[in-house]
Amino acid sequence: MPEAHEQNWKRAKGPFAAVFTAPALWLLFFFLVPLAIIWAYSFGHTVDLTEISIDGTFSNYARIADPVYIQVFVKSLWYAALTTFLCLVVGFPVALAITFASDRQKVWLLLLIMLPFWTNLLVRTYALMAVLRTEGFVNDMLGWVGLGPWPLLHNNFAVVFGLVYVNLPFLVLPLYSALDRLDKSLLEASLDLGAGHIRTIFEVVVPLALPGILSGLLITFIPALGSYLTPDLLGGPDSQMIANVIERQFKRANDWPFGSALSFILMYLTFFAIAAQGIVAKRRKGLEQ
Amino acid sequence: MSRKAAPLDYLSRWPLRLWLVLVAIFLYAPLFTLIAFSFNDSRRNIVWQGLTLDWYGAVFNDTDLLTAFGNSLTIAAISTVVSLILGAMVAVACWRFRFPLKPAFEGALALPIVVPEICMGVAMLVFFSRVMPWPDDLPWPFSLGAIIIAHISFSFPFVAVIVRARLASFNRELEEAAKDLGASEWRAFMDVLVPHMKPALIAGALLAFTLSLDDFVITFFTAGPDTVTFPVKVYSMVRFSVTPEVNAASTLLIVVTVLLTAIGLKMQGKDVGKMEGGQ
Repeated sequence: MPEAHEQNWKRAKGPFAAVFTAPALWLLFFFLVPLAIIWAYSFGHTVDLTEISIDGTFSNYARIADPVYIQVFVKSLWYAALTTFLCLVVGFPVALAITFASDRQKVWLLLLIMLPFWTNLLVRTYALMAVLRTEGFVNDMLGWVGLGPWPLLHNNFAVVFGLVYVNLPFLVLPLYSALDRLDKSLLEASLDLGAGHIRTIFEVVVPLALPGILSGLLITFIPALGSYLTPDLLGGPDSQMIANVIERQFKRANDWPFGSALSFILMYLTFFAIAAQGIVAKRRKGLEQ
Repeated sequence: MSRKAAPLDYLSRWPLRLWLVLVAIFLYAPLFTLIAFSFNDSRRNIVWQGLTLDWYGAVFNDTDLLTAFGNSLTIAAISTVVSLILGAMVAVACWRFRFPLKPAFEGALALPIVVPEICMGVAMLVFFSRVMPWPDDLPWPFSLGAIIIAHISFSFPFVAVIVRARLASFNRELEEAAKDLGASEWRAFMDVLVPHMKPALIAGALLAFTLSLDDFVITFFTAGPDTVTFPVKVYSMVRFSVTPEVNAASTLLIVVTVLLTAIGLKMQGKDVGKMEGGQ
């Protein structure tokens, strides 16, 4: 729906061209064209080391039906879903605490959550490696109480742990902004009428903030699904995710068409997740009206 | 305010406080361990043997690492400036004008935000190796051109989102008043609209800078063999082994991040304070 203040571009062609042209061309040449090229590559095959012929074949997509690749996709979806769920469990109380903190405390708590988020992803992943190693800090502590050493690194546990570690702030912030918009008098009413805190949270807070919670889950799920560094550095040979397989096709196997097809499947999965979230949000809106 | 009696004052409840402490330990313990061990006087980074600054010395003598760090900062700085300009322009275009295929354009603009990094990385790899080969014998910083272009592509849509959210609170009558009083489009833009956008521009610049400094995957695919950024360099060191030198380099990056954050918050705080004081 066009908003009332919007001006028809024809009425002010000069100013419109001045602000529109450069970003639109940039987006076209340095983003859409590269994507279009790998889309075209996904229907081609490698002729020799440097040449790829685009002949409209679907064989790259057919190869994905191989159980090996299906397994990688299922595993990636499962890791991303598990990560998102764990982030929700860990992050919800944090978001709740920030929402009802005083203004001063709010700033500090947000900073507490945001600072690791601003720290380089590689540095954070590397920090986890140092902590989780067999001779690392966590196993030392376990050793003091007579446990372990446990293999905490280069396995599936490390990958999920790492994904939760790096994605947690991604979920806390949208959760906080969803909870912050709630009408607090509704919560007070619920408590006044005798519902406990837990019941209030599940029957008042969660239903009201659901659209915001869902979009927060999506914001966490998407980068988790496409993670490359975490499974690469923390995982073992059997904890590869889609991104690692794509990287191998491009860098080592030199099978660009197949890598392109895998990239586009990952992209379609991402769009599917976004669309699903959009439909749920819309349906809820329809119910409310 | 009656701070104690408030039923919704969750922060004063001990289970929640305990939870916050545990989450803080979870988030910060790895980082603090890393920082602590960067001062450890032992090649194997496990046992504490005493304080040393040797690893920092090693970092400052490692020309490869310093070059990579310089590259990263240069890329981030240029990418931030261009992203800020492009992002602000496209935000104003979408906020002010109605044009054909606008929803499609807005969807395309959101793509760099949602497309998985790896997909964009391989797209850039193909683009810069086959379609528009970036000459690799250019003098620095032009040799970084391909990476800078890629970074701008994924940063400026984020800036646009932030600026557009800010523009929603702009009172268009102010701009019209300026024009009625004889200001040109350009003057009205610079003197009325840009000052209103300023907090969003600061936030956007901060975000673009961090996004660029943080990026590993896209750079990993875009970078030629001779242009290495800090994350790419650290990655190759990490793959090799966990060494105290990497700890020191990482600590330096954490310090840079904290400093930038502090500066950004201070600038924004001052700005908001000034505006609220002015009203």
